Amino acid sequence: MTLSDAKHHPVLNRPLDCFAIMLLAAGALFAFTRYASFMDSYEQVILLAVTLIFATLAWKWRGLRNLFVGVAVLALSGISLYHADLARAEQNFFLKYFLASQTAIGWMCALFVFATFAYWLGLLAKSEFAEKTGSALTWAAVLMGATGMCVRWYESYLIGADIGHIPISNLYEVFVLFCLITALLYLHYEKRYATRKLGAFVLLVIAAAVGFTLWYSFTREAQEIQPLVPALQSYWMKIHVPANFIGYGAFSLAAMVGVAWLLAARGTLASRLPPLVVMEDLMYKAIAIGFAFFTLATILGALWAAEAWGTYWQWDPKETWALIVWLNYAAWLHLRLTKGLRGAVLAWWAVIGLLVTTFAFLGVNMFLSGLHSYGTL
Amino acid sequence: MSRTPAAFSRRLYELLSSMRFAVSLLTVLAIASVIGTVLKQNEPYNNYLAQFGQFWFPVFKALGLYAVYHSAWFLLILAFLVTSTSLCIMRQAPGMLKEMRSFRVNAREASLRQFAHHHIAHTALTTVDAAARARDYLATQGYAFRIRARDDAQGRSLLIAGRAGTGNRLGYLFAHSAIVLICIGGLLDGDLPLKAEMLLGAKKAADINLPFNQIGAESRLDTDHWSYRGNLFLPEGKRGNIAVINVDDGGLLQPLPFTVELKRFNVDFYSTGMPKRFASDIVIIDGDKRIERTVEVNKPVEYRGVTLYQASFDDGGSKLKLQPWYFSANPAAKPIDTEVGAATSMDGNKLRAEITGFRAFNVEDMTSPDVSKNTADKNSLAILNRQLGNASPAQRTLKNVGPSFSYKLRNDTGQAREYNNYMLPITQDGRQFFMSGMRESPADDFRYLRIPADTDGKPDTWFALRAEMLSDKDRALIARRFAIAAMHGPDISETMRTRLSLTAERTLQMFAAGGFDSIGTFINGTVPAEEREKAADVFVRVLQGCAWEALQLTRQNQHQKPLDMDSAHADFVRDSINAISDSFRYGAPVWLALDSFDQVQASVLQVTRSPGRNIVYLGCALLVAGVCFMLYVRERRLFVLLKDSGEVLIAYASNRRTLDDEREFSRHRDALTRLFEDDA
Ligand code: HEM
Repeated sequence: MTLSDAKHHPVLNRPLDCFAIMLLAAGALFAFTRYASFMDSYEQVILLAVTLIFATLAWKWRGLRNLFVGVAVLALSGISLYHADLARAEQNFFLKYFLASQTAIGWMCALFVFATFAYWLGLLAKSEFAEKTGSALTWAAVLMGATGMCVRWYESYLIGADIGHIPISNLYEVFVLFCLITALLYLHYEKRYATRKLGAFVLLVIAAAVGFTLWYSFTREAQEIQPLVPALQSYWMKIHVPANFIGYGAFSLAAMVGVAWLLAARGTLASRLPPLVVMEDLMYKAIAIGFAFFTLATILGALWAAEAWGTYWQWDPKETWALIVWLNYAAWLHLRLTKGLRGAVLAWWAVIGLLVTTFAFLGVNMFLSGLHSYGTL
Repeated sequence: MSRTPAAFSRRLYELLSSMRFAVSLLTVLAIASVIGTVLKQNEPYNNYLAQFGQFWFPVFKALGLYAVYHSAWFLLILAFLVTSTSLCIMRQAPGMLKEMRSFRVNAREASLRQFAHHHIAHTALTTVDAAARARDYLATQGYAFRIRARDDAQGRSLLIAGRAGTGNRLGYLFAHSAIVLICIGGLLDGDLPLKAEMLLGAKKAADINLPFNQIGAESRLDTDHWSYRGNLFLPEGKRGNIAVINVDDGGLLQPLPFTVELKRFNVDFYSTGMPKRFASDIVIIDGDKRIERTVEVNKPVEYRGVTLYQASFDDGGSKLKLQPWYFSANPAAKPIDTEVGAATSMDGNKLRAEITGFRAFNVEDMTSPDVSKNTADKNSLAILNRQLGNASPAQRTLKNVGPSFSYKLRNDTGQAREYNNYMLPITQDGRQFFMSGMRESPADDFRYLRIPADTDGKPDTWFALRAEMLSDKDRALIARRFAIAAMHGPDISETMRTRLSLTAERTLQMFAAGGFDSIGTFINGTVPAEEREKAADVFVRVLQGCAWEALQLTRQNQHQKPLDMDSAHADFVRDSINAISDSFRYGAPVWLALDSFDQVQASVLQVTRSPGRNIVYLGCALLVAGVCFMLYVRERRLFVLLKDSGEVLIAYASNRRTLDDEREFSRHRDALTRLFEDDA
């Protein structure tokens, strides 16, 4: 093979991507050789699957590739600064003000709020620069948030070897996860549809989630890492929860696009927003992604319940509300195929869907009791 | 309008299998599901009775609101869903299967020109060359295709009909038949068959608090009953082979095809006192086979089609030795040997003590509020600072406050109150108390009687003080001593002292009648509102003074030295008065102290046989595959009509319209146009 061949080779002409994926593989290999004995076989499969999924995503989406590298660098720096001593979070400057989990998540919160303002400025003042700033801030927020989560994972093991666990087990942690996933989904569509106009709307839900997270940790000390109750000690958690939150994130995104659609259809901001057909299409894409993952998540939940509680379905409030959300979006998808129904009804339905989703996600924990009440308020 | 039955069933079929009906059904099902999440399901009927009252309780019961998801109307909605989906599949499947196989090679030129996505190009290539290029292109783009030459009124032409993404239709079939499968599987595992049996009178729910041997055959199921979910209660060291299935307000017995013995039940804790692991070491005894296994949360054990889960745990009949302390004059009663689950009669058969539970330890968060991170510090920088850094929890002071046990005291009218007593004194604000919680109904919180422990860590002093302070015999003496102690000095007249002594006596008398409550009633009845607080203060001081004298009197009677007044003793007196007052509302003439215990744990295993599970799982797999195919595979058709005249008609369509079609069509159009122009 000659050099000019290499230039046109679909793999070799992307040296940076190749390099990033090699780094990823090296990281996975390191984790495997070092920690395989602490994982059960399911967890080993999950590690492999996650590596493959991340590699595919990084290959397809350059922004995500850079994010992965950035998170790896920051999280590993944070971890190495700890010298396996929790108290260093107070002593080391970089840990205390940048990389310790709470601080990093704090940065995430702040950056999301700034991004929201930037997008709105961009939308109202028709300033492309402000919009680009919004995107950059959103990426930065995701970078800090993901770093915070990784470092938090490590911190949990510093608190106690038996306490350590992946940080997706209580309401505080999943709220951060929600922000990250919703932001990434949004960034994906931003690139796919080549428009930054909807950031102003989507970032509003994220900002609301940030607001809740802050309130929750300031008033309830919710950010504290707590050990897992026996029912949660399962590899199922590692796939059930993220799948669920891709669903929640996508549904929220669809709802915010629905809001934008409704405004534009009434003439408000119409000249600044993308055309209605584009928003309709985006709404469908988001709900389709959400529905697929939510279906998967609910099924994974049922499988887990079968193992933890002895039945795959027992009409526990959380389960039931998951079903309600799912039925709601199944109805939406059918509605879209019904002749003569497009536009306003679908947009309204998507917006109301967000209320249903929020109740399933938060309301159930606040108002109803049941087996799932791990993160109560 | 036709009214024949055939036309009617035709219209019904069309309605049930229509999309609008599907949307309505999904919505109705969602709304119906909400009800059961708002109202707690499957609680004992008594709770509902208390919540809704005599009138509404039977109404809601008839509506099935206490078990919505098993009620006839909910099942009817599900039945509609299954029927409607099945009919929909029946209606769509033939057409879809035909579509999946068809290439539509007979598409007419006129109809292709009607496509929203079509384009007319020209080529100088021969039809054969152009067709070869078009074929290669379609193949590289993942299209299957058929070629048809035709010769009609419009002249000779060649149609290349491409097709991709047939998986979409397959997805529809998968996902929708999955719904039917899941519902059927769920039905098999649900309690519908059992309910049917009970409705037909074959089986009847029994009171499961009875010993099993008193439960008759009409409440027992066959060993090989095909589907069930019951609980197996196993104390350590015991074995069992009968599970209890809860139905309505009672239960049915399910004999198992094998016997299970519990060797040991293990609970591990985190350093925070939170439980870390629940595990039962069991032996499965099947004929002469003995199989040792461990059942753990998230790690069930399956044997002969029956799955055993760690469901919960309980007391398995711990042996307790209790010391009754009667509030009446004669506290010295004989100790009682009993065990959890047993009942003893007391107080000359006027009371029955039913021991309901025992806990060997109780970990409590003893963090004082100012040690916790959540301080009153309102400085915003300080608040922010606390949010920085790592996410480790604030240092908490956790303490095991020792064993506790709970019991019900039932009086001769059958009324019962619940109690929860700690074995050891518990330190609060630096003082030690024996804590005994009381509540009238399970819906309430426990209210605690806090009996102050004396310097030996015993309740004796308080009991003696209580008897002394409330005794009719010594009341005048105590009051007198108090008056002397309170008023001495040359300028105090005897009349003043006597007045005080009489006031003290009256106060004691009122206190003996009902504690602070009766004094409060007195104050409210006689003192004007503005002065009540002051009056109450005076009464409390009188009481404290009298209690001090009463305490000294008990010591004198026991030939002990008088005490010196210091802050510890003052606290003791104050706490004692509070406890004496609370003892009037304790609802029992006796406090039970735990002397010693021998713990026996029990594990509750859930035993399940669910033959429908595999059907449901198959349905789930089909559902995921189906949804992915439906949403991510689009059926697309690309037609290239090459006419001998050199005109080329490119037409594109998909069965789901999205913006992707726009993109895909332009791509194909441009690529094909280029191919046909190119003469190389
Ligand atoms: C829980 C129940 C159901 C679920 C989860 C479900 C799910 C779906 C999904 C995800 C789609 C694809 C939508 C799209 O491509 O945008 C679909 C299409 C469809 N569904 Fe359902 N569905 C359900 C029940 C029903 C029922 C009860 C009916 C009929 C009475 C029905 C009839 C249809 C039809 C006709 C299509 C269009 C198929 C096509 O043209 O390719 N569905 N369904």
